[in-house]
Amino acid sequence: MELSTREFWALIHGLILGGVFLVAFAGALAGLWSMRPELVTEQGIRERIRRLSIGMTTMAAVAWLTVVTGTWIVYPWYREDVSSSARSRLLADPDTADWHEFAMEWKEHIAWIAPTLATVAAFIVLYYQRDLLRNQTARRLAIALLVASFTIAAIAGILGALITKNESV
Amino acid sequence: MEAHPIESPADKPNGPVAAGLLAAGISALVLGILTTVGEASEGFKEWLQWNDRVGPLSGKVLIETAVFVVGWGALLLPLREKHLPWQTTLIATGVLLALGFLGTFPTFFQAFAPE
Repeated sequence: MELSTREFWALIHGLILGGVFLVAFAGALAGLWSMRPELVTEQGIRERIRRLSIGMTTMAAVAWLTVVTGTWIVYPWYREDVSSSARSRLLADPDTADWHEFAMEWKEHIAWIAPTLATVAAFIVLYYQRDLLRNQTARRLAIALLVASFTIAAIAGILGALITKNESV
Repeated sequence: MEAHPIESPADKPNGPVAAGLLAAGISALVLGILTTVGEASEGFKEWLQWNDRVGPLSGKVLIETAVFVVGWGALLLPLREKHLPWQTTLIATGVLLALGFLGTFPTFFQAFAPE
């Protein structure tokens, strides 16, 4: 069993980085959700802030890596100007053309909004640190940005998986 | 019952965060504008093709990323010690993001494609 170079990078882009993003999101959301004075001890605050800082920074970095590998490595194979490319095959059949004209066209653009929101969410944690306990507005904002970033990434990821199901790179 | 007020005057200035939020919103809006104008104008779409393998998406995302990074830095200078009202900042960011989403939604931008 062997993976081609294209399959390898599609796996890195869609599954490995997507998987790390999902794990980091779940951890960061749980950490931020329970970042309330009545739920954490003094010792717990230090540990929680350290874990949140690492998790949120990782999530933002992975979001950037996902869009960079997707756009600059996988996407050129998808859109090659040859009849065997995934894009050409999808457009050749009216029944599958919408997978390019709607799904791919949407995915390739909105995906790039996700890392900017994840970066601002990570910055909020790094900037406020333990002040997040007192500044509940900032904590809620970080949660909202985290969820928005994840939702956008999920839309892009699901569309990518469905496109690949129809025509892989 | 929470042990602390939601916000207090001792809070760090929210200017740096507001700068990041607005930069993210502006960069999304720029992405939406580039996508829609690129669809409407073949010449502009060609100009956006900064990398032949990636096509016009290369110009769009590089400009969007540059606007986010440079915009955050530029807004940070005047805002870093300021405390902006959250509500105004969030509404402005929400509107910018919504317009960005609209501009990158295929049904919208494809309506501007030449016949």
